[in-house]
Amino acid sequence: MADTPLQVAGREDKTEPQITVAGVLVNAAKGAVADVQDYAMLCGRTLYTLFTPPFYVQDILQQMDNIGAGSLPIILLSGFFIGAVMVLQTGSQFTRFGQSSLTGDVVAIALVRELGPSLTGLLVTGRCATGIASELGSMLVTEQVDAMRAMGTDPIRKLVAPRTIATLLTLPLLTAMTDFMGLLGGCVASVFSLRLSAIEFWRRAIDALDFADLMQGFMKPFFFAFILATIGCYKGLTVRGGTQGVGRATTQAAVLSSVMIIVADAFLTKVALYLADKLF
Amino acid sequence: MVRFVAAQRQIAAIMAGIRPMTSAATSTSGSSPAIKFERVRIGFEEGDILRGVSFEVQERETLVLLGETGTGKTLSLKLAAGLLRPSEGNIQVLGRDVSSMAERDLLAFRRQMGFVFQEGALFDSMTVGDNVAYRLLEDKVKDEEIEPRVLEVLRFVELEDTVDLFPSELSGGMRRRVSIARALINRPPIVLYDSPTAGLDPVTSQTIITLILRLRDVYGVTALLATQRLQDGFALANFRFDPATKRVVHNVSNGNAAGATKMAATRFLVLREGGVYFEGGPEELADTKDEYLKRFLV
Repeated sequence: MADTPLQVAGREDKTEPQITVAGVLVNAAKGAVADVQDYAMLCGRTLYTLFTPPFYVQDILQQMDNIGAGSLPIILLSGFFIGAVMVLQTGSQFTRFGQSSLTGDVVAIALVRELGPSLTGLLVTGRCATGIASELGSMLVTEQVDAMRAMGTDPIRKLVAPRTIATLLTLPLLTAMTDFMGLLGGCVASVFSLRLSAIEFWRRAIDALDFADLMQGFMKPFFFAFILATIGCYKGLTVRGGTQGVGRATTQAAVLSSVMIIVADAFLTKVALYLADKLF
Repeated sequence: MVRFVAAQRQIAAIMAGIRPMTSAATSTSGSSPAIKFERVRIGFEEGDILRGVSFEVQERETLVLLGETGTGKTLSLKLAAGLLRPSEGNIQVLGRDVSSMAERDLLAFRRQMGFVFQEGALFDSMTVGDNVAYRLLEDKVKDEEIEPRVLEVLRFVELEDTVDLFPSELSGGMRRRVSIARALINRPPIVLYDSPTAGLDPVTSQTIITLILRLRDVYGVTALLATQRLQDGFALANFRFDPATKRVVHNVSNGNAAGATKMAATRFLVLREGGVYFEGGPEELADTKDEYLKRFLV
């Protein structure tokens, strides 16, 4: 499209600033620091709004339905087949030593301690962190977030807090469902593949778990929920570059949340093992 | 550093509620201008957009912000609403310094202002009725009080039949009118219009301008209107809404003999290269010999 006379009249000769490798690196480093600072500010502000009124109860329930109930089908299906695959993989090894009955122990411990929380976190990230980022990003580029602020509403309280609370409340429940469906899938696989009795599988699976395992398994989802909700919101609220930026933010939200969940998992496992050793 | 500052400004504006309360927000007497910019400077990655801009808008006055794309018209509106903070200078709105107020104070203060965004910025997951009632719902106003007020403002913009529709079911002009209805639901003394007729056909634009005239002449609101269309500004200066006959009539005094005619004045402010290039009444602008300003009059 041709420039209008006004645009031509107002145009000035602008010299492009010289780009250097050092300059690019310095700017990238500063950008990264700014991102961390902004994310920390968002987390701090979100934590504040989690414990102070007003609460948008209707929004929280709506998000719980979206994040919790909406994720249930993929959680149930994935959980069942993860448990089944674990039995198939481990059972064949145990059978070599004539210890196929140990399969229930291994599946229960692995699922409750590690696979249940982390896989649920990653699955919900794939579905919800991206959804949150794209929804808030679209609201930002269409000035709906500014409109909200212009009408006296705090977007952190109205948009971020309900999504964070809903994720905090539903992810542990979804993790419990993954654990249960995993054990069910493992049970079915062990009955049909290893010829174990279902009663023996469940008895061994339940006996293998102690309180420390449950503590570890149900402590992690709270951290994972906070990570995926806040990263989704942060990426959504910092979208730049219109609709293309929304797509970019959505991808970044999925990748960053997944990586952060895996990183956090390593640290949380170490902390949980330390606490289990000291307390129980 | 530029990247850092820009990123900071974008997110900090949303998240600034964590900042402590400031004592800078002060109330002054009612004689002060409704909106006052003093040496306001703000910029982004590509450099400063506004470089020390100063202007005032008196009560019941309409100031039309003119300028090419990227000269800072929308930015000025967002600064006036406290949605962005200037890097230098200060901005007084209704006697309070919005440039230094904490976000939590601004959230409450903004309820005294209406903001009509360029594309309407309606919440697409809500019906028209819920969009218009948003502020009242936030304030926990009783349901039986909300409905008549929503219908009243929708009747004002002649869209009372759209109350149950979603924004995606409306035309561009209808969305702007709903946005105006949403802005005036709690009768704010100041309304900020961001290019309310941009991209609309002449008939729909005329409808929007008539609404702005009605809002000004019926409710006496102070307005800051950003536009690229000079004819919008002249329409506001040359016409008025007569509440008695409920018609738009020619304003013989050009709208600027406010004291004599009790009509709201309309002034123009042209932004160019980060500064105020022209400030004055419609006659001065119409009679200008300046080559740059003449381009607007073509």
